[in-house]
Amino acid sequence: MEKFTTHTGRAVPLRRSNVDTDQIIPAHWLKKVTRSGFEGGLFEAWRKDESFILNRPERQGATVLVAGPEFGTGSSREHAVWALQNYGFHAVISSRFADIFRGNSLKNGLLTVVLPQETVERLWVLTESDPSAEITVDLENREVRAEGVTASFELDDNVRWRLLNGLDDISITLQNEADIAAYEATRPAFKPRTLPVS
Amino acid sequence: MGRTLAEKVWDDHVVRRAEGEPDLLFIDLHLLHEVTSPQAFDGLRLAGRPVRRTDLTIATEDHNTPTLDIDKPIADPVSRVQLETLRRNAAEFGVRIHSLGDVEQGVVHVVGPQLGLTQPGMTVVCGDSHTSTHGAFGALAFGIGTSQVEHVLATQTLPLAPFRTMAITVEGELPEGVTAKDLILAVIAKIGTGGGQGYVLEYRGSAIRSLSMEARMTVCNMSIEAGARAGMIAPDETTFEYLKGRPHAPQGEDWDAAVEYWRTLGTDEDAVFDHEILIDASELTPFVTWGTNPGQGAPLGSAVPNPEDFADPQERLAAENALAYMGLEAGTPLREVAVDAVFVGSCTNGRIEDLRAAAAILEGRRIADGVRMLVVPGSVRVALQAVEEGLDKVFTAAGAEWRHAGCSMCLGMNPDQLAPGERCASTSNRNFEGRQGKGGRTHLVSPQVAAATAVLGRLAAPADLVSTNVAVEA
Ligand code: SF4
Repeated sequence: MEKFTTHTGRAVPLRRSNVDTDQIIPAHWLKKVTRSGFEGGLFEAWRKDESFILNRPERQGATVLVAGPEFGTGSSREHAVWALQNYGFHAVISSRFADIFRGNSLKNGLLTVVLPQETVERLWVLTESDPSAEITVDLENREVRAEGVTASFELDDNVRWRLLNGLDDISITLQNEADIAAYEATRPAFKPRTLPVS
Repeated sequence: MGRTLAEKVWDDHVVRRAEGEPDLLFIDLHLLHEVTSPQAFDGLRLAGRPVRRTDLTIATEDHNTPTLDIDKPIADPVSRVQLETLRRNAAEFGVRIHSLGDVEQGVVHVVGPQLGLTQPGMTVVCGDSHTSTHGAFGALAFGIGTSQVEHVLATQTLPLAPFRTMAITVEGELPEGVTAKDLILAVIAKIGTGGGQGYVLEYRGSAIRSLSMEARMTVCNMSIEAGARAGMIAPDETTFEYLKGRPHAPQGEDWDAAVEYWRTLGTDEDAVFDHEILIDASELTPFVTWGTNPGQGAPLGSAVPNPEDFADPQERLAAENALAYMGLEAGTPLREVAVDAVFVGSCTNGRIEDLRAAAAILEGRRIADGVRMLVVPGSVRVALQAVEEGLDKVFTAAGAEWRHAGCSMCLGMNPDQLAPGERCASTSNRNFEGRQGKGGRTHLVSPQVAAATAVLGRLAAPADLVSTNVAVEA
């Protein structure tokens, strides 16, 4: 998992509430057998409309999604997070996220930032009027900054530490690799092995 | 204070225990199949990580495999891609795999035990909820999600939240014609589909001790249908007898050391369970489900329940919805419910004893006109054994279809599916809406009830056949 310290980028203001995971990535994409390549499915239904904000030339290369409340509700599919990341988003800002989606996002290194709705509103106004406006998401100081906006946000210390160090569950376990090796050394000889095939 | 079987196995696998962290447990055996592993392997690839213990990992193809024309290319592109991906991943990461056409191929939960890879006191995981099957050996075995599959592949461990323990004690003798399947269906109807939530169940008592290994697997298999994390049975002579001589069972001195250890695993007399349930085996009868979750079951001799009779409003609503979906009238005797299809197979009841039980009933009989019966062995080994015993002939002579090994109509990921509205007596473990095909209606039953039902064309027990003995004129 990549480290997340501070990220600055242009934004996509998404003025919609209750964006569920089926809208983020439709079910038929779940048949894929990889963790990458989901960018094409992100908001697939809406992207059929040429005027959808993600399709506009001035939004290409944007990395911060500023979404409406209740983002990520519905089915628990982790693919929703992968789709946002594969597309190029590093952070999503909303006044409220669905719990499972939030858990999945933080596990995968997509920073979901909760800000009051009035702050989200100001970020919308700013980035709608000026597509080149940048938003900085500063995890070290737990602060979001943009022109005329400085807002602090909360994030669990442990989660923050993991994101700052780029540690996913597996990396954390592997930090205790010595414990695993020590345990392996004491396993009884009679325990079965699948290899070599006799 | 004494410890339970589950607690002993847990304690023996703690790699790391730290304040404020879940215990990190070592995993002795990791089983893989094509549906839940692709993203896990892809995660490893993206992070540049190897599989830590290929020697504790094994893959088999089961969910998507066809049960007809297995030598032809798989028609459904999604199924084909999943199988091909597993093969590629196994080759790339050095994981042992049993593919379609291999003599050790079969449903993952049938393959592990028959190879002797599932042993007492082990931790066993698989990206599949019916991993609880392996608990029949006194192993702590549970299903995991895809990100946990990746975690085990990379580290051979899992951080796990603690569980509670529940004893399900079944004393007495099962009456003639009453099987492990009836027993577990009755347990689930009693405690409900959420009754086991957060618990590891331990099945104990004289009725459990007298079950064969295969019957014990049937019981543990469906622990998940009661919402439990896992189900276990203490290892005993029956367990050792089953294991001895299997390809991966310990040999020589290792065998002695293993048995000595296995004998220490049983729950201590002074151990305390968080919850206890007592069941009188002698009161059990053949059991079938009438609804759309495995807890909606009743004795075969009873009638479709009236939703009005459920005190709990949620249950009443669930019953109403279930009857509407199942196309059943409250008050109809279950024995009058006619079926279109019968499925014998799955990791619940697809082992040799199950096939023998079904064949014994079909011997010299024909299945009813208009009924389609599929017999799908749980593994290629089971199929070979059945052929050796001539069971396949019994099935085909009776008018049933004898198929290749796999999950098949248990979940209909391959072409073996019910048509909308079709009603099926199935030896599998889930009767959810659409589980066996869109609009299909499933009644969970034992292999014996499945066979008798096929003969009479309506839900029936073997005892019902005595009076209507329809011998075939050769
Ligand atoms: S037989 Fe059915 S329950 Fe068992 S692993 Fe296959 S699909 Fe799952």
